[in-house]
Amino acid sequence: MDINTVTEVLRPRARDEIAAARPGDAFLGGGTFLFSEPQPELRRLIDLSKLRWAPLSAGDAGLDIAATCTIAELHAFEAPAGWTAAALIGECCRAFLASFKVWNMATVGGNICLGLPAGPMISLAAALDASCVLWAGDGGERRLPVLDFVRGPRENALAPGELLRRIELPAAALARRFAFRRASLTPLGRSGVLVIGTLDRDGSLRLTVTAATRRPQRLDFPAPLDRAALAARLAAELPPALYYDDVHGRPDWRRHMTQLFAEEIRAELLGEAA
Amino acid sequence: MNLVVNGAAVAIDPRPGQCLRTLLRQLGWFGVKKGCDAGDCGACTVHVDGRPVHSCLYPAFRAEGASVTTIEGLAPEGGLHPMQQAFLDAQGYQCGFCTAGMVMTAAALDQAQRRDLPNALKGNLCRCTGYRAIADAIDGVAHVEADAPGAACGRSLPAPAGPAIVTGRAGYTMDVAPEGALAGLTHMKILRAPHAHARIVAIDAAAALALPGVVAVLTHADAPEALFSTARHHHATDDVDDTRVLDPVIRHVGQRVAAVVAESEAVAEAACALIDVTYELLPAVFDPLEAMAPGAPVLHDKPACSRIADPARNIVAELHGEIGSIAEGLAQADHVFAATYRTQRVQHAHLETHGAIGWRDGEGRLVLRTSSQTPFLTRDALASLYGLPREKVRVITGRVGGGFGGKQEMLVEDIVALAVLKTGRPVKLEYTRAEQFAASTCRHPMNIDVRIGARADGTLTALALTIVSNTGAYGNHAAGVLFHGANECLTLYRCANKQVDGYAVYTNTPPSGAFRGYGLSQTIFAVESAMDELAHALGIDPFALRRRNVVVPGDALVAYDDHPHDVEFGSYGLDQCLDLVEAALRAAPKPDPGPDWLVGRGMAASMIDTVPPRGHVGMSRLALMPDGGFELKVGTAEFGNGTTTVHAQIAATVLGIASADIRIRQSDTDHVPHDTGAYGSTGTVVAGEATRRAAQELLGRILAMAAARAGVVTDLCRIEGGHVVAGAAHIPLADLAPLEAEGRADGSPRSIAFNVQAFEVGVHRRSGEIRLLRSLHAADAGVVINPMQCRGQVEGGVAQAIGAALYEDLLVDAAGAVANPTFRSYHIPTFADVPRTEVFFADTHDTLGPLGAKSMSESPYNPVAPALANAIFDATGVRLRATPFKADELYALIPGHFAPAEDA
Repeated sequence: MDINTVTEVLRPRARDEIAAARPGDAFLGGGTFLFSEPQPELRRLIDLSKLRWAPLSAGDAGLDIAATCTIAELHAFEAPAGWTAAALIGECCRAFLASFKVWNMATVGGNICLGLPAGPMISLAAALDASCVLWAGDGGERRLPVLDFVRGPRENALAPGELLRRIELPAAALARRFAFRRASLTPLGRSGVLVIGTLDRDGSLRLTVTAATRRPQRLDFPAPLDRAALAARLAAELPPALYYDDVHGRPDWRRHMTQLFAEEIRAELLGEAA
Repeated sequence: MNLVVNGAAVAIDPRPGQCLRTLLRQLGWFGVKKGCDAGDCGACTVHVDGRPVHSCLYPAFRAEGASVTTIEGLAPEGGLHPMQQAFLDAQGYQCGFCTAGMVMTAAALDQAQRRDLPNALKGNLCRCTGYRAIADAIDGVAHVEADAPGAACGRSLPAPAGPAIVTGRAGYTMDVAPEGALAGLTHMKILRAPHAHARIVAIDAAAALALPGVVAVLTHADAPEALFSTARHHHATDDVDDTRVLDPVIRHVGQRVAAVVAESEAVAEAACALIDVTYELLPAVFDPLEAMAPGAPVLHDKPACSRIADPARNIVAELHGEIGSIAEGLAQADHVFAATYRTQRVQHAHLETHGAIGWRDGEGRLVLRTSSQTPFLTRDALASLYGLPREKVRVITGRVGGGFGGKQEMLVEDIVALAVLKTGRPVKLEYTRAEQFAASTCRHPMNIDVRIGARADGTLTALALTIVSNTGAYGNHAAGVLFHGANECLTLYRCANKQVDGYAVYTNTPPSGAFRGYGLSQTIFAVESAMDELAHALGIDPFALRRRNVVVPGDALVAYDDHPHDVEFGSYGLDQCLDLVEAALRAAPKPDPGPDWLVGRGMAASMIDTVPPRGHVGMSRLALMPDGGFELKVGTAEFGNGTTTVHAQIAATVLGIASADIRIRQSDTDHVPHDTGAYGSTGTVVAGEATRRAAQELLGRILAMAAARAGVVTDLCRIEGGHVVAGAAHIPLADLAPLEAEGRADGSPRSIAFNVQAFEVGVHRRSGEIRLLRSLHAADAGVVINPMQCRGQVEGGVAQAIGAALYEDLLVDAAGAVANPTFRSYHIPTFADVPRTEVFFADTHDTLGPLGAKSMSESPYNPVAPALANAIFDATGVRLRATPFKADELYALIPGHFAPAEDA
């Protein structure tokens, strides 16, 4: 929809052209969120597209994804052999409520910055140990695990004027085996629960819970564990209050499904019958 | 900036925050629709450099240097893209408002996406079709049949508007350029109340008025004192007069406070934010039972002439009726069953939001172009409200983008008219999707207590309902929905003792209104669920229990009293409907989706009178034109229900000509003197009968004139190939022109129609997920004039009802505000959510309907929710008595439910 309060669009072509932050500013990635709801506070849009960041860069260290990389570009990524967990990219793209048409515009960074519990790029990044690289308005740069970057629904760690430059997925995480589970109240609807498990060569299991909880949750299990031990850890570390309550699922159901999926993933990755 | 649109270079500078959708419409490409303006519905889909995008999300400035294709440019001028042709061949649309976006999306799919339409069409919502017709279009399945002179009825002829719809050229309400009479078009935005109950103490609009571009700010001081109802009915007195155009008392969050008229929407929006309103807050009540209790805040302290049943108790309308003796009936019963059922607030969610454009024409008449099911009643209401003679008001519609009852209201026309009268300028008001959700109307939420008594063999001895209907802040349709809701659900059953107590109650929530089914979808959910509970308690098959108790020809048609009425057995196909669905259901064994899934079957039956009670006027005017063609002017509005096609088929059948030889003009108060409107499923039965009568009359005149000229008796005359064959003479039709005839139907006596729905469902025993494995529906529509379209009505009704049964829930928060006014939070069925429904038609011929036809547009909705509840019970043993049925509640109720930690 039209954002009628916007009076100016800035289109920086390089980092030093990014204007100093003012109240009413918003960085424009794909626009698929900003243009989807009334934004009465907005006065200026700072369009990131002319910075022409390379969307994807794969190397020995892992995969760097520019904040402006579109979902469509990410979905089209062809991973090198050995990056088993890169298949999570497709799974997480399909977890979008939005259609492939929105993938042509929506950006990875935008989805992460929005911080919605069901943000599937948050699920992907959190499950693969992503770091966020942030650019401060004064030229500085800092890094933050995505688990710390996303603080809650519509809440992130960005300071005023700071922007998300890219996320980095380490090669080690991409080389893990994985299991993916998702539940929604409608057949292809918004995720109410999304649980990803990864298994390292050393046998360590990681579970990442998104959509069900207010912010991404990570449980690490360095050594194999049984059903009861998993249930105990889930109960202790993900108490009922952490679960999200909105039209996409009651918190008790989200907790139930998280526990169900966690156990299925444990059994699958540790080679036990469910 | 420069861009190319549909092959032509354009230079235009967008506003900084403008999206591509509005820029394209500004350029006159009206095929780019606004369904949600939020990226959810896909109606605005265009291609940018060959890639499909939602243009409402696309920053306009980013289109610099791009090549944009809209539906109008998909095929070369005058031609059709193969996908446009496919949508025509399958008739992959009803109202057509989503079609441009649907075609633009479908045309961009690759082979893999075409094989996975549930995913590929995630971003395209259709509220009318239930998606089967869309799938067939994309799969290249054709359904339209060839026209046949004199034999149009019974054929799947295509809708006349089809070519305009698939090319984006059909003009909906907002699809007009600000030229001619609309030069200098102004834009209205409404300031809405943030409080559920308050008195406006002061409105300071000085800052708003000082904003450049503001033309006027309207407040209650500008509005007529007169009270009216937004509901539109044949009798204006059917509804309570409790509404003002602008009211100093606020009764729900989202009520109008003031309206700004400005040179642009942006200015109007900015001005709204500058209006300073002082409120005195009043206590609010949100629950209808609390609202009826002593001491509750009174919403409408109005005089008796408002016709509010009991203002002091917030009761808009009351209903009490008893036939026989419920006490005796319960005493005679071997088994008595009682339970309470609840239905939620749901929204129509037609893809075209409410909106109207008003102006004064060259003769000084007030003209409203609006999205309405009732243009004539809206004309009358405007004339009455503003003290204008009827002939000084003209109401027209463009193509209407869906209605479902939501447009049997005057929700925007009154304030647009006020603005036109105050400013003298043309004025446009277009609701946003959020306004559609939060400030239009919804289905009446109801609490329904059912008591049933039966003998051990299943024979009913008592059937009683207590209905509490929440009408929200205003009483539009409160009485009608209550009375209708209590009627056919009871008439369906032969039972000596029946009783109803009903209350329609004000609360400080957004108003309810007319909605597909008109009360019956709520009460049928209760009665048909209760019948199923009774069947299980008695150990009787649900089909058998229905057969034992339903009315059959010869029975009296009695709901809850013995007042005389005009409903008759014009035909009867319920027995066939029950047989068809039962046989189809049992033809295949229950599927086995695996050990995690519990599988069950359920059914429900429903009945509907084919016409609303107490009169419904349809008028048609059919003329033989000087070119030898026929022009049919009908009063009834078309909003996707396909009645235009049906009218042409009826007239063509009577005249003995091809359907395509009839040009139809509709929905203009200048065309015919009156028409009650397209509601209560009257488009075929009443308006169609008017058309049949006009055709019959005109045929008589044509043949009489031809007979006189040829000197033969009329029995030897017939129309054939553009001529009248009169004995040995062939007289060109054009030689007999002009001739005209008018047909009128009054909607009485009325017949009855039936629907039976069954589902086979799978319920995941741990997650609670509900999967619709099979959907079967039998309809008793009399003679089906257009099988393709009637099937589409059934499929669309079932799909919409699946939404209300499984997903849709318009939530009102603790402060009285709608909490989920977007398609992201209010989930209407997408392609992935709707199974293919197997549709069966009973073979009946109605003695009252035109050419044997009966109504079939709202009723398929009605038996769906109970059939689903009954199937879920059969699968799981869990009885769900409140809609919607959701996995996150069901999972915990499934017997043997356990936490995974306890799983062994």
